[in-house]
Amino acid sequence: MTAFFQNWGLPFNGAWLLSTVIGILVIALPLMLAVAMIIYADRKIWAAMALRRGPNVVGPFGLLQSFADGAKVFLQETIIPSAANRALFLIAPIITFTVALIAWAVIPFQAGVVLANINVGLLYILAISSLGVYGIVLAGWASNSKYPFYSAIRASAQMISYEVSIGFILVCVVLWAGSFNLTAIVESQRGYYGFINGHAFNPLLFPMSIMFLVSAMAETGRAPFDLTEAESELVAGYQTEYSSMSFALYWLGEYANVILMCALNAILFWGGYLPPIDWAPLYYVPGIIWLFAKILFFFFVFSWVKATVPRYRYDQLMRLGWKVFLPVSLFFVFLVSGFLMFTRYGGAQ
Amino acid sequence: MIHVLAFYLFATLVVCSGALTILSRNPVHSVLWLILAFFNAAGLMVLLGAEFIAMLLVIVYVGAVAVLFLFVVMMLDIDFAELRAGFVDYLPFGMLIALVLLAEIVLGIGIWSAGPIELAQRAAPVNPEMSNIQAIGTLLYTRYIFLFEAAGIVLLVAMIGAIVLTHRARGGVKGQNIARQNRRRPQDAVRNVNQPVGQGVEL
Repeated sequence: MTAFFQNWGLPFNGAWLLSTVIGILVIALPLMLAVAMIIYADRKIWAAMALRRGPNVVGPFGLLQSFADGAKVFLQETIIPSAANRALFLIAPIITFTVALIAWAVIPFQAGVVLANINVGLLYILAISSLGVYGIVLAGWASNSKYPFYSAIRASAQMISYEVSIGFILVCVVLWAGSFNLTAIVESQRGYYGFINGHAFNPLLFPMSIMFLVSAMAETGRAPFDLTEAESELVAGYQTEYSSMSFALYWLGEYANVILMCALNAILFWGGYLPPIDWAPLYYVPGIIWLFAKILFFFFVFSWVKATVPRYRYDQLMRLGWKVFLPVSLFFVFLVSGFLMFTRYGGAQ
Repeated sequence: MIHVLAFYLFATLVVCSGALTILSRNPVHSVLWLILAFFNAAGLMVLLGAEFIAMLLVIVYVGAVAVLFLFVVMMLDIDFAELRAGFVDYLPFGMLIALVLLAEIVLGIGIWSAGPIELAQRAAPVNPEMSNIQAIGTLLYTRYIFLFEAAGIVLLVAMIGAIVLTHRARGGVKGQNIARQNRRRPQDAVRNVNQPVGQGVEL
């Protein structure tokens, strides 16, 4: 797109800046719309599994429910507790929301269609998702209220724990793909056994894909790992003191993070924008449609789990992270690197 | 142009947030300024073309170390008046330490720039064709492998030390044995009894 604006006579810097800003808007605005619709989808799926109707009043089939909710919170008053740390209280939701959006910069939507094709893309995502914890911790601390504070402490311990295992899982994928660049990782998944696309069909990486799915739920604080907002113990967790738009930012950020994790699942293990089967006619379907189909599938899995699995106890959550996922993922790092050493890099001589 | 602007933005923010780290009265604010300083330092690394180091800086320092700092500082109950009471007493000693550190930095840089071997290395440290990660990997796992492994052992010793110091075996804790729970079947746990009327329940 930079070249396109340069043809109009703009200097390189100006053209680059303009095309980047347009790229950001082209990703962020549809993402917001997608978040609104995915919240509706989540509520519908959840309702269907509980034999309820779900949102069905605003618009046809209740499709406009999220927008009605958005308008409602937008018109509400922002209440700041008098004992709260004002500046941090307001910055915290902004951090959560911003972090949820900027991670999308490196997601490849199609071959070559990516805002920032950097060669440390996966590390960038890991770095950005490790920032996500600050929004929650600051909210808990700045609210100056005990339930949000408990929630903040839980969140920081939980997210750090699962980031460790996510890191090792990503190392397995990176070893296999030989690159940190997300486009290169997607391209490395072509043609398993000559006809399937996706690292998940690799017996060494399939267990990692399952563990990544579970860790992603823990990392985004989704059920059954939503200990940070366990309403039976902590009212609403870190969001307890929030109202109006500052609450809505958490809401949007949380779902944007969930969609991001679904996208990562699709990109790392299920072939991203590649069709599931390596068969020429399927490549006529644009890659972005395959990617969206995979994201929606994983989002359905997330809602399905939310609707059916009861919440973990906190010590069980920690046990799963440190005593199960960490050793198993570390073992798979050795297994994958050993296998590659003997097959691909000729260490057998 | 954009690079220059970005450099001055990041550099100013690093210096300002570094100063505010030691100047702000609230320790939680201090940690947050420190995090901002880390983050902007990562920005400077990106400008230098060391994107791998930049990402690691964010992942390790911002994502893990600073979260633990914040975790600890948030739970501290600090009496600020007491904290400031000793300030004047410690000031000369603090200045002395600062001077010693400054002298060490100056001497260190002086020696480093004069050495004949280092000059040759700085001229072409790595192949410019390689990506960041490859370049660091080839240096770290060949030339500096022993240093790298020694650093790993030092960290392991530190970790074991921390665990030994803080671990205490508490009696009377009811642990959960997940394997035993999963092995348990309904027939082991449930019994159907046709209880005769007027007799107590056998437990």
